[in-house]
Amino acid sequence: MNFNLTEEQHMLQDSLRRFLANEYGFDKRRDIVAGGQGVDKATWNAFAEMGLLGYTLPEEYDGLGGNGLDTMLVMENFGRALVVEPYLSTVVLGGSIISEAGSDEQKQRILPKIATGEEFLAFAHYEPSGRHNLDYVRTEIQTHGDDYILNGRKTAVFDAAGAHYLIVSGRRKGRPTEPVSLFLVNHDSSGVEIEEYTTHDGHRVADVILDSVMVSDDDRIGGRGQAMPIIEKGVDRAIAALCAEAVGAMEALNETTREYVQTRQQFGMPIGKFQVIQHKLADMFIATEQARSMAILAASESDSDDRDQRRRAVSMAKALVGQSARFVGQTAVQLHGGMGVTDEMFAAHLFKRLTLINLQFGDADYHLGQVSDGMLKSA
Amino acid sequence: MDLNYTPEHEAFRTEVRRFLKENLPRDIRERVKKRLRPDKAMTQRWQKILHDKGWGASTWPEAFGGPGWSPLEQLIFEEECALAGAPRQLDFGLRMVAPVIMTYGNDEQKERFLPGILSGEDWWCQGYSEPGAGSDLASLKTRAVREGEHYVVNGQKTWTTLGQHADWIFCLVRTSNEGKPQQGISFLLIDMKTPGVEVRPIIMLDGEHEVNEVYFDNVKVPVENRVGEENQGWTYAKFLLGHERTGLANVGQWKAMMKRLKEIAEEQPDGDRALIENARFRDRLAQLDIELQALELTVLRVLTDDNGPGPQTSILKIKGTEIGQALFELAMEAVGPAALAHIPDALELDYEGARVGSIDATPAAGDYFNMRKLSIFGGSNEIQRNIIAQRVLGL
Repeated sequence: MNFNLTEEQHMLQDSLRRFLANEYGFDKRRDIVAGGQGVDKATWNAFAEMGLLGYTLPEEYDGLGGNGLDTMLVMENFGRALVVEPYLSTVVLGGSIISEAGSDEQKQRILPKIATGEEFLAFAHYEPSGRHNLDYVRTEIQTHGDDYILNGRKTAVFDAAGAHYLIVSGRRKGRPTEPVSLFLVNHDSSGVEIEEYTTHDGHRVADVILDSVMVSDDDRIGGRGQAMPIIEKGVDRAIAALCAEAVGAMEALNETTREYVQTRQQFGMPIGKFQVIQHKLADMFIATEQARSMAILAASESDSDDRDQRRRAVSMAKALVGQSARFVGQTAVQLHGGMGVTDEMFAAHLFKRLTLINLQFGDADYHLGQVSDGMLKSA
Repeated sequence: MDLNYTPEHEAFRTEVRRFLKENLPRDIRERVKKRLRPDKAMTQRWQKILHDKGWGASTWPEAFGGPGWSPLEQLIFEEECALAGAPRQLDFGLRMVAPVIMTYGNDEQKERFLPGILSGEDWWCQGYSEPGAGSDLASLKTRAVREGEHYVVNGQKTWTTLGQHADWIFCLVRTSNEGKPQQGISFLLIDMKTPGVEVRPIIMLDGEHEVNEVYFDNVKVPVENRVGEENQGWTYAKFLLGHERTGLANVGQWKAMMKRLKEIAEEQPDGDRALIENARFRDRLAQLDIELQALELTVLRVLTDDNGPGPQTSILKIKGTEIGQALFELAMEAVGPAALAHIPDALELDYEGARVGSIDATPAAGDYFNMRKLSIFGGSNEIQRNIIAQRVLGL
């Protein structure tokens, strides 16, 4: 057992940190968000050159064959710098779903282009009435000769507008308990409507309306009606990645808050000299380290094929990370006083990201419920 | 990174498990699992069994008769012992005074004191705390005045856990008032049979006699019983506290408790269903399970850190004690109104009188009351937060 980074991981981390410190400052990030594209081309190309985009893709498709712990490393650093680029959508979720379950033709067609940064993917699965429930799918699939017709509405699809392909789930019409299938849908297919909006933390999200969208059997990802395990594994990897991102953001928030309380003077001394403030920062540090432990667990389990063990670990992690993120975020804003609720503070943006991470792929209560109900099954 | 135990570690775990299965006496296991009152004979009996196997001191290096296990092996051993229902070994000798003697004691002290600690024949207690001092350890007032080849000790210690059984006490005493309070402290080993030593019980809020006050009235202690240099005791004390804090995470004990709590929730009726089917209770159980899992990994991160345990270990003390307290709180609430009853005699193994509720109800509230101490002793959790704020965060 060891918790050390490998030589390669150290090198990657160093170059990534250097790049983000020099090229992805808070002002630069603001500009990217204001630009409305959700992705800065030069930055994305730099990620491709560093090997980040193909880092976790299979080697036979121009990737580097990395694992969940490599994803953790990247996402933790993205969390520190509040990177908005669609790494999670394209590489972590899209890349891993296609690597795991795509046909050889799909892999050949898409994975090398992810690695070079040419193409983007989005995961269109959650639906408006489903809240966080992963198995709530009402999008309908009708067979039409050898083809299929999709009808439905997907919500909170991250990075949908810029994606070349949407990964869409559905069930056969009239059979709400029918197993789920998964399709690759071209973004310019007829009947695909994308209603885009921005999130509070500067991401670009959309509702995707599927109105009689035709897809062929070649566009199916994995076996017919056998998509749920694929979706679960992809989502588990995304959750592990989000946990790592949250840890990075918490770490950055703790640092910036520490600097703030050492500078801000009240009653003739820096407020960091007051014990009540010190204890808050100590608790933020503890919450972050506990969250880090769970992010490591999630990353390490996210590649596992033991479904129950993997899902339990990931839910445990997401629950604790969500709670820690809420605590660290709220406390940091409180310690910043009035400044904490202004748009100009980096801390406020870290807080917003941490808040929204808790809402992605199931919040703390949802995942606590997953762990809790799991106890019943094992009983 | 690799979160898996190596095959060697797994084999080690199997070996420990097999040993426990064959050698942990049934009556001891029953008593521990039912959380009945522990006694001195039981602790010493178990210590002797471990000692005969060569496992009496899991944390000791081979040079002093320990098994020379790595921190990870020690953790596996502790965890398996706890899960099997073995009683806790006595920390005061094995994990507190022994490392100080090994590190700072002279050869005579090592030869004289370590074997008795290892075999369990000598029962040690701690003489750090004083009335009014609390976590401000350096404010201690017990004085030791050098007179020829003796120190004459006068003063009072308190919160001396299980001191009523002790043969020896290790004490911090004031040997100088010069300089900062930390600079005039020495570390003395005192025979409890020395004239002038008096032990008085303190009855705790659970009605039990676990801790004591210890009075020293002109107690003559040979100079050879001083560990290390005169006035340098603070260094040894801090070293000792570092050892204590890693242990205070108690992961093995809490994992055993969590397992037991799940069993209780399955056995305990809640109307027509089992308590585990009550989602509100189950969620709290799940919450604790998650926090415990995080703590376990944090402990493993600290133990496998090449830089060794630093002030970050305060995290382990804080979270370890908070989780422990929450576990006992839930165990009390799990048995419902049956936890109301206070029947001290029912904590004995041979009790045959009436009970209220299941056997789990007998110790439930008492344990909860008792465990409030966790966040207070060993440097209160507030002190631990100061350590993190000042030594880790630099505030």
